[in-house]
Amino acid sequence: MKQDRARKPRIGLFVTCVVDLMRPSVGFAAVKLLENAGCTVEVPEQTCCGQPTYNSGDRATTRSIAERTITEFRGYDYVVAPSGSCAAMIKAHYPELFADDPNWLPRANELAARTFELTSFLVDVLGVTRVDATFDGAVTYHDSCSGLRELGVRSQPRKLLASVEGLTLVEMEESDVCCGFGGTFAVKYSEISGAIVEAKAKHVVAAGAPTLLAGDLGCLLNMAGKLSRDGEPVRVRHVAEILAGMTDDPPIGVAKEAQRTGKEAAR
Amino acid sequence: MSVHSTSPDFKKNAARALGDAQLQKALGNVKQGFIDKREKATQKLPEFEALRDSARDIKNHTLQHLDLYLEAYEQKVRASGGHVHFARHAEEARDIILSICKEAGARTVTKGKSMIAEEIGINEHLETHGITPVETDLGEYIIQLRHEMPSHIIAPAVHLNATQVEQDFRRVHTHLDAKRDLSEPVQLLTEARGVLRERFLAADVGITGANFLVAETGTSVIVTNEGNGDLTQILPKTHIVLASIEKLVPTLEDVSQILRVLARSATGQEISVYTTFSTGPRHLGDSDGPENYHVVLLDNGRSAMLGTSFEEMLRCIRCGACMNHCPVYHAVGGHAYGWVYPGPMGAVLTPTLIGIDQAGHLPNASTFCGRCESVCPVKIPLPKLMRHWREREFERHLTPATVRSGLGLWGFFAKRPALYRLATGIAIRAMGFAGRRKGRFQWLPLAGGWTRNRDLPAPQGETFQARWRREHKRRAA
Ligand code: SF4
Repeated sequence: MKQDRARKPRIGLFVTCVVDLMRPSVGFAAVKLLENAGCTVEVPEQTCCGQPTYNSGDRATTRSIAERTITEFRGYDYVVAPSGSCAAMIKAHYPELFADDPNWLPRANELAARTFELTSFLVDVLGVTRVDATFDGAVTYHDSCSGLRELGVRSQPRKLLASVEGLTLVEMEESDVCCGFGGTFAVKYSEISGAIVEAKAKHVVAAGAPTLLAGDLGCLLNMAGKLSRDGEPVRVRHVAEILAGMTDDPPIGVAKEAQRTGKEAAR
Repeated sequence: MSVHSTSPDFKKNAARALGDAQLQKALGNVKQGFIDKREKATQKLPEFEALRDSARDIKNHTLQHLDLYLEAYEQKVRASGGHVHFARHAEEARDIILSICKEAGARTVTKGKSMIAEEIGINEHLETHGITPVETDLGEYIIQLRHEMPSHIIAPAVHLNATQVEQDFRRVHTHLDAKRDLSEPVQLLTEARGVLRERFLAADVGITGANFLVAETGTSVIVTNEGNGDLTQILPKTHIVLASIEKLVPTLEDVSQILRVLARSATGQEISVYTTFSTGPRHLGDSDGPENYHVVLLDNGRSAMLGTSFEEMLRCIRCGACMNHCPVYHAVGGHAYGWVYPGPMGAVLTPTLIGIDQAGHLPNASTFCGRCESVCPVKIPLPKLMRHWREREFERHLTPATVRSGLGLWGFFAKRPALYRLATGIAIRAMGFAGRRKGRFQWLPLAGGWTRNRDLPAPQGETFQARWRREHKRRAA
């Protein structure tokens, strides 16, 4: 670890609203990874990073959401999110949002500078090279757009996955192409979104790995929803769950009962 | 506005496109052909990234001093014996072109490929006045036969397959032997060449677009792969260059810089097959060239973009890379966008040209995946500009009421953490309970948009924050 100060780095976990609401286990996996890497993790009061309103053109509401986030996350050494999309919102778009506000801009910049996507934080900031986890089988990995193109998250999750015992990574074709989620796009332009995720699902299935991973829960819900609708028995998980060795909870879109009785594949 | 737009029907257009098997197949070719070729070409040029920066800087510099460069350009064109006409909008441009054609006594006008010609709808206008326009770019020629709009800015007929083209040729070229073999693409090409050759020789006026206008020399530059542009501008007595004002660059050196990123981004070629420079009419001692040389410079709302957040869009060099890499374009093709410019560049530009009330869907129908920006040779932040349109819509209350109220509700809770915790805690527990057996929903009230095409995985049942606080209380106790 690069960071061998006496004091442990204090992390404010930005768990993201999707993880908060839909899949808390991803948040706990992130906590475990960060603690294993020598950090103290705290969870300040939080809601959403403001991306849905921002991308819908509602700057005023987004600004008040952003002001709250900036205030709540004051004082942590780092702010880490298990999502490239929400981390990019804070890192790339908060400064843009306050570009003409001399009062808030320095604060937005300051938060942006210490905010990171989870895998990139582990690898790029803490210098983590391996995790303590095992996973039996092949996985394929989808690069979510914001993390990939706004934050340069590509090698970091792969590097960490390579250290998971028993895991093999099988690359799918066009892993860097959008899954069609796009937040409210998936609902507003449902048919186009459906066509894009159909193409993605084909590549996932063609890769032949029984498990699909990504670093953004929004995309994962979209892809898991499509795969299950098509009756494809691919298990879908957030990459943090595998890296933390936390696979007790059933995969996304699979019921606890089904997992227990081994019926998850028979959809 | 000139050409009729179906942009307000974007959703309907898209649905039709998604159900069109032939189109879907053709779109598959866009995906494969262009992307791989661009990738290979840029990989071979280590300085490609640096060239993108310099292309962006050249265009930015020009836009900052556009008035000066336009003036310098105009002077140079006049000095070389040509004429420059400024057209404030489409109608003015049409009238100018028509009067030049009338003066030349034109009956046939040949045309090189020009998106500005599409933008002002010049073909229809000439036809109404008894002048026959003939497209000489193969793709443009095909869509002219079909009375369609281009579906791509550099590959206008990319939505068609060879069989469709064969049918069109048989339908229109009735003077040729009905039993001729047209099963090979090269036979289609040869036939088009033959037909067009006669038209080239008969044309009185040639209209071309321009990829660049050079202020230093008064030169217009076009790049083509078929050489049709050369014949269009050399053979007739009168050559009209039709271009929009942002095509200006200061020097020939700048042209050569930008050319290095243009073809590579567009088709993956190092350079297009023909790069043609023309400066004024034929001069003494020239072996060929037109007697009259006119430049029609179209504004059509562009100068109003200067100094606004949309100024960056004026850097566009029309390479098409953004649409070639766009998942939405791949899904629905160019015609769904409903006007002249499709894909990400169209999603930003079209609202400035025909109005956001007409073209509101275009900047909204994007996942903001950012792949367009990552390949744009002049680094236009296309998602950001689409977001700017959404902001303008929101300010003007053009955002659909359902979206507005849904977001309003989300915004309300997002600003109030305590209420958010309470409300989401209850809702998520209920959803988790409802979905506990299957782990997913095939249908949910208010989520029809989502569940029409995919299941909605059920939440685990307790929010992260609730569980975190519960466990921490226990840890502390
Ligand atoms: S916006 Fe960029 S990528 Fe798209 S056509 Fe213009 S220059 Fe090419």
